[in-house]
Amino acid sequence: MKDGWEVVIGLEIHAQLSTETKIFCGCSTHVGDEPNANTCPVCLGLPGALPVLNRRAVELGARAALSLGLRINETSIFSRKNYFYPDLPKGYQISQYDRPFSERGVLEIMTATRDEGGHAREWRPLTVRVTRLHLEEDAGKNVHEGLPETERYSYVDLNRAGTPLAEIVTEPDFRTSWEAYDYVNHVRKALQWVGASDADMEKGNLRCEANVSVRRVGDERFGTKVELKNLNSVRFMQRAIEFEIERQVNTLEAGGRLTQETRLWDDRAGETRVMRSKEEAHDYRYFPEPDLPPLTVSAEFIEGVRRSMPELPDARHRRFMEEYGLTFEDASTLTRELTLADFYERAAKAAANPRGAANWLKGELLRELDAAGVGADASPVSPEELGALVRAIDGGKISGKQGKEVLVEMFSTGKGAADVIEERGLAQVSDAGEIERIIGDVLAANQQQVEHYRAGKEGLFGFFVGQVMKASKGKANPKVVNELLKAKLSE
Amino acid sequence: MPITESDIKKIATLAHLEITDEELRALTPQIASIVAYVEQLNELDTSRVEPATGGLTPEGERTDVSRDDMVRPSLGQSLALEQAPEPSHGHFRVPKVLTGSHESENF
Repeated sequence: MKDGWEVVIGLEIHAQLSTETKIFCGCSTHVGDEPNANTCPVCLGLPGALPVLNRRAVELGARAALSLGLRINETSIFSRKNYFYPDLPKGYQISQYDRPFSERGVLEIMTATRDEGGHAREWRPLTVRVTRLHLEEDAGKNVHEGLPETERYSYVDLNRAGTPLAEIVTEPDFRTSWEAYDYVNHVRKALQWVGASDADMEKGNLRCEANVSVRRVGDERFGTKVELKNLNSVRFMQRAIEFEIERQVNTLEAGGRLTQETRLWDDRAGETRVMRSKEEAHDYRYFPEPDLPPLTVSAEFIEGVRRSMPELPDARHRRFMEEYGLTFEDASTLTRELTLADFYERAAKAAANPRGAANWLKGELLRELDAAGVGADASPVSPEELGALVRAIDGGKISGKQGKEVLVEMFSTGKGAADVIEERGLAQVSDAGEIERIIGDVLAANQQQVEHYRAGKEGLFGFFVGQVMKASKGKANPKVVNELLKAKLSE
Repeated sequence: MPITESDIKKIATLAHLEITDEELRALTPQIASIVAYVEQLNELDTSRVEPATGGLTPEGERTDVSRDDMVRPSLGQSLALEQAPEPSHGHFRVPKVLTGSHESENF
């Protein structure tokens, strides 16, 4: 950011709610079916067809709203947003306008300053005002390429039309592209965590738009706002905002003027380009949807949703640090996903050693899982078996080094810790009688060295340990060997 | 508020309709009279009346009209496209839409 300038950013996120069916009809939301297969009179906008609200969409919307600190309105109203475009067969989108599903959220997120490589340096909390989250239907898809005569025609697939969306809008509370980046990641994680949305930007079930303007430091008024679209990943969004800040500041410093417009990010070219200017902007003429009654949700319903939600990521992160003594970084890693956090808590309990379980999970098992592209919920090593492995190490049955090999085999074969240790014959011998017998043999075979040792050549101790370990094929517990050997030699 | 020719022009633009000056002169008084007719409702004092947003009686509004998240049979591609003027390759085909984006223009 150039000195003397400040950037103001507000964000809009559209997240697809994870329902089986569309928001106002029973057509499947499944992606990848043949074009227009999942359509009916309602989502095709045929005359006389009436929308009926999907209860699950309301419940997931409530989960999303609560996970972002929003207040749910007991009554909200669906409105028609009117515009004409081929992907919108009715000529309007059913959305919400002046009485949205939820409003006035205050969300605390963590944001970091970044070095030039984009690596987080220092984390600090940032309060974001979430203006609203409302429910609406998605539009269909226009296809402009890959079909005959696309220079003359566009093609429309309405399978997506009517898919439930939550639109989440913030106040212009971000002052850097990285704050916006951290916010979108926070929202993604929260929505996935509570099961409201898959929130996968690459699959298009989370889309975001950024409103960016710049002003001189100290200026109270906002500058001319530019809307950025086609931000297909969080990183694209961050880059697009950076580009846009520079473009706007340079234009203004050169004495130019900015136009209020929509610009698209072209990642290959690394720049934003005008899509349309606001002069031709639409007048949506919102009015209440006469085909749907107001949406009312009771206080009991909201409370029920709240109770059914898992402990949110931030709360869990804090608890992992306080209850299990984990570091900030370890707690962050282990609360990356809900399934991983659940996995960890079960493993910690099974291991009776929370720090040990954390080390083995994040250091070893997570690496295997990530390499295999498998989530914690599909891990071939169960939390209980990871716990059993940690216990075997803590109890001196196997060494830490052996533990790593055992874990790799557990992962590839799905066998339990005890089975692998047994099959590989790895179990350390800690039995004093067994070790004493070996020591007796070793000392008997090395009479001369024993005399030297007893005469003061204490450096020979390591030699005896080595011989005993060798005789036990490496299985003797070194700690027990040390103790017994010392006792035996000083007899 | 009286309806003027510029209102009609704007509505036509929003609806992607091209209208001639002749049509504009004919339509303006027609639409103006329709609006004036409906505006008679403004004579009523509705300050103490709750807006009937869904077009339903209070009893109707209390009726649960939501549904479970259960898939019901869709029309399928061929039936969905049967009434379309120019279906092609499983799609509705329309005159070229100019846009820089492959996503919906508005959101």
